[in-house]
Amino acid sequence: MSRRYAWPALVLACVGFAFLYVPLFTLVAYSFNESQRVTMWTRFSTRWYAALAGSQELIDATLMSVKIATLSATMAVIVGTAAAIALARYKRFRGRGLLMLAVTVPLATPEVLIGFSLLLLFVGLGIERGVLTVVIAHTTLGIAYVTVVVQARLASFDRSLEEAAADLGGRPLAVFKLVTLPLLMPGLVAGWLLTFVLSLDDLVLANFVNGPGTSTLPMVVFGRVRTGLSPEVNALAAIFIAFVTVTLAVVLLLERSNTAHAAAQD
Amino acid sequence: MSAGPRPVSPGSLIALPPVFWLGIFFVVPFLFVLMISLATPQIGRPPYVLGFSLDSYAAIFGDAKYLDALLNSLRLASLTTLLTLILGFPMAYVMARAAPGPRAVMLLLVFIPFWTASLLRIYAWMALLQEGGIVNRVLIMLGVIDRPLTLLYTTGSILVGMVYAYLPFMVLPLFAVLSRLDWRLLDAASDLGARPPVTFLRITLPLAAPGILAGSLLVFVPALGEFVVPELLGGQSGLMIGKLIWYEFFNSNDWPRAAALSVSFVVVILSLPLLGQLRGRRPEAGA
Repeated sequence: MSRRYAWPALVLACVGFAFLYVPLFTLVAYSFNESQRVTMWTRFSTRWYAALAGSQELIDATLMSVKIATLSATMAVIVGTAAAIALARYKRFRGRGLLMLAVTVPLATPEVLIGFSLLLLFVGLGIERGVLTVVIAHTTLGIAYVTVVVQARLASFDRSLEEAAADLGGRPLAVFKLVTLPLLMPGLVAGWLLTFVLSLDDLVLANFVNGPGTSTLPMVVFGRVRTGLSPEVNALAAIFIAFVTVTLAVVLLLERSNTAHAAAQD
Repeated sequence: MSAGPRPVSPGSLIALPPVFWLGIFFVVPFLFVLMISLATPQIGRPPYVLGFSLDSYAAIFGDAKYLDALLNSLRLASLTTLLTLILGFPMAYVMARAAPGPRAVMLLLVFIPFWTASLLRIYAWMALLQEGGIVNRVLIMLGVIDRPLTLLYTTGSILVGMVYAYLPFMVLPLFAVLSRLDWRLLDAASDLGARPPVTFLRITLPLAAPGILAGSLLVFVPALGEFVVPELLGGQSGLMIGKLIWYEFFNSNDWPRAAALSVSFVVVILSLPLLGQLRGRRPEAGA
């Protein structure tokens, strides 16, 4: 089948990709700049990385963020998968409309609203703010994303595998554990990672529902950046980008080898 | 349906945890916001006294800056949605039509910025748009301008930041829909004599409509209430609702007013589809 793109589409697409990447390149490039100012490049230096490693504030904040993100992602996957299964497998049940609304609205709600309303809830109920409240906030948002991802995965499923397992005498729970869950796994992992990154990146929710002494990484970065540029942030960004790139590349390669493997078995 | 008690469907049971969770942590909080919007501010903890007072609403409707912020937010969010669509559609299109190898690479390229903390990416623009930053330096080098432009802290910089932050949210749904398209339809159209622009308008675009809608929703509404971009890239200009709610809460410590603003904001968001329906009300054949 011929693949003809009209050249305008290709050009515009390249512009789009370039637009996405120029800032990322400059971030990384300037993280190696000796000078503190962005306005001139003096010479290559890794001093900002050293400064990063030596900053207790940033290290603590990173650990805090990772902890919160892990908890939120795990909770979100558990609750979100339940929602996805309910929506994808059971076409009519009481509360279905409500569930559909509840899992899609958070995706289209500004974070300021979610954060502010959650804070009022916590204050009104006298719940002390800290790690728990931030995890709750991130989980709530994550559930919406997980549901979308897992639902998509469920929809592309071949149900005959589950039916075969049931025919062979497997009880529903066993079928779920041994057949459905493994097949769902890529979707679960994707949903977990999505929520993890969301939580790691979140500034607004954390600011609203956080407690004293539990600063997250975005909060610290925001505090520094608000008043101007800070090259340690460049170093942080470069590390972040490297990490994301490597992780995604690995995931991509695994997925390709998986499908190649599966195709070879046919 | 036969009479008798209906057995509880397993769907209802499985749906219980998510409904429970989202009910408590998403729906109920909004009721709290409503309640606080009717409270009166006070110095102390908590900084409000429950009651029934419409003072906060009166203050909001009486002060032009809130309406200005709302209109500004609507304007910027619409422009952001439009620009991300214009920039993102070619990307999604090329990705959808690519062979599996290049397509995977392009997906990777879209995902990397998507997964890189938006805070960091917006920070990148702070550096780029500075007076001594790269954009100005390149423009001067190319001879387009003599002196550095003030690019930062303008409506333009907010727009650039928003488009940058939200572009992946438009590309991915578009790609999801476009990748399922039957491209033979396009071949058939050209076989029947249609020129590419016509094919695009009459076939590709309508088929891509669900993706456009999904992407627009994922961009427009969150962009309306965006805080980080206007705060870091907008400075004093470009007052947006998200920023206002934040300021009322964190700077003025006026929780009732922030709550009233939030409620008004939610009402506006909810009434947008209704407005759209009113305008689009015309007899449709076979809709």
